[in-house]
Amino acid sequence: MMAVDIKSLPKKALRDTYGEVLVELGKIDPDMVVLDADLSESTRTHKFHEAFPDRFFNVGIAEQNLIGIAAGLAYTGRTVYASSFAIFLSGRPWEIIRQQIAYNKLNVKLVASHGGVSVGQDGASHQMNEDISLMRALPNMNVIVPADSVEMEKVLKKIHWIKEPFYVRMSREKFPIILPADYEFELGKGYVLKEGNDVSVIACGVMVSMALQAAYELEEEGIDVEVINMSSIKPIDRELIVKTAQKTKAVVTSEEHSIIGGLGSAVAEVLSEECPTILVRHGVEDRFGISGPAWEVMEELGLSVEGLKKKIKQALDKKSKC
Amino acid sequence: MRDIQQLKEIARQLRIDIVTMVYNAQSGHPGGSLSAIDILTVLYFGGFLRYDPTNPWWEDRDRFILSKGHASPALYSVLAKVGYIPHEELNTYRKTKGYASDGYSRLQGHPAWQGNRHGTPGAEASTGSLGQGLSIAIGQALSGKLANKNYRVYVMLGDGEVQEGMVWEAAMFAGHHKLDNLCAIVDNNNLQIDGDIRQIVNIHPLPDKYRAFGWHVIEIDGHDYNQIINAFEEATNTKGKPTMIIAHTVKGKGVSFMENNFKWHGVAPNKEQYEKAILELSAGGV
Repeated sequence: MMAVDIKSLPKKALRDTYGEVLVELGKIDPDMVVLDADLSESTRTHKFHEAFPDRFFNVGIAEQNLIGIAAGLAYTGRTVYASSFAIFLSGRPWEIIRQQIAYNKLNVKLVASHGGVSVGQDGASHQMNEDISLMRALPNMNVIVPADSVEMEKVLKKIHWIKEPFYVRMSREKFPIILPADYEFELGKGYVLKEGNDVSVIACGVMVSMALQAAYELEEEGIDVEVINMSSIKPIDRELIVKTAQKTKAVVTSEEHSIIGGLGSAVAEVLSEECPTILVRHGVEDRFGISGPAWEVMEELGLSVEGLKKKIKQALDKKSKC
Repeated sequence: MRDIQQLKEIARQLRIDIVTMVYNAQSGHPGGSLSAIDILTVLYFGGFLRYDPTNPWWEDRDRFILSKGHASPALYSVLAKVGYIPHEELNTYRKTKGYASDGYSRLQGHPAWQGNRHGTPGAEASTGSLGQGLSIAIGQALSGKLANKNYRVYVMLGDGEVQEGMVWEAAMFAGHHKLDNLCAIVDNNNLQIDGDIRQIVNIHPLPDKYRAFGWHVIEIDGHDYNQIINAFEEATNTKGKPTMIIAHTVKGKGVSFMENNFKWHGVAPNKEQYEKAILELSAGGV
């Protein structure tokens, strides 16, 4: 795939896809149940509620109980989805997720909406930039950050049938649709969206589309960027990380998440063990967010095409001096 | 009719197992295991819990969750007695090696669910981190109702555990959903690790609190077999509400020097203390 001007692409929010796919899955899997904690309109689980009122439980504003009940349902053999905003789903009940979902490898899909700073005007209290880190540290937990609504659908239809714990992270805003309709998600595999020789950008979530745009714009400057969608953060595609690093000798990770503990750290772990390579982590610096319209906040925190281009150039600069 | 003398004899043997396990491991929680064991004896041997040790995954079985997971010696002694695990496996409690498929112990310090690699057959949830069992029991109870199954879910909490906020989230939900296939028991021995609950952060009046949350509440002496039996019967017959049995118990019950002493929450007896305990329990208890 060539780099593209993402401004021209259609957009869709991942959570809209989530609501639709839940209903599709509900029709074919009678054992499936969905839980929410008073945010069902925002997370779109209300679509499932409307379609299957008996198999939907709203626990109210009680996220610890949300996870405990999800575990209880999963102990009896059901496939369970539990949703809330990323901050409340992964942060508040983390220890219960650890003791129940992860330790017992339960068939619970934790699907978080409103991850990252693009929550926007709700501000720092609601902007979850540490969830990938928190979830990645748990044994048995799979962590997926889809890049667009096409991938969201593929991810759900794949992992629904894998009887293991998953954390799937979405953001609030509409993302450009960058993946082809015949794209297939594979757990533990990255996806090369654009080949390049000078520098590799390994991204997840909305930053994948920004990476494509950055690659498109940098082409004009004669910089050949490889763009990889690393939606499967755990397990991660070690082979592809090493392969791209050996080719371009400079890697930039990009995520709508803290540079500590997330995709950047996961890639750093692989590179330092397998193939030490110049690495620049692009993401939320070690700080809290601010209120403001989503894309303005993203811009202020450097999570923009311009911000990413700067990091790419930093990586190239480091590479030239190395 | 239930033979109370026979039940008491079983409980006496289980108390010996509990103290022996903690002594052998030189680690564990005797006090809260001994306060809980009469209730567990009635539940498992008094005809209330429906289960099949030869088929731990029987879909229609009743579930029991030990939310106060530190009382694992009580649960393990029962699971051995009914035949989920061999009696000699009790020697692997809190030990590294044991009967799991990978060679490690299936009797972890705190219970692990039977589907867990290191779980115990018959253990319905992983517990130990306090406050989680009631929510899990709700999930299992909901699942049963959804599937039109008539199994019941029992869960035992410690009274100190009730200080956890999650317990009240769960209490509110169970009351709201009128989960009458759910029966919770609070092992109310009045002591937590640091001392007397009423002095640390008082949880009482507990019956009023649960009634306010929509529960049917029964208060009993948790060592009086007639009262325990009647409470479980009443819970089974209660429709439209979950039942909470608040069982007043004595921490360390059955071993004179452990009784009502919070120091015996999580300490193993030395050889001399162990021998004294076994002597008392062999003679029929205090």
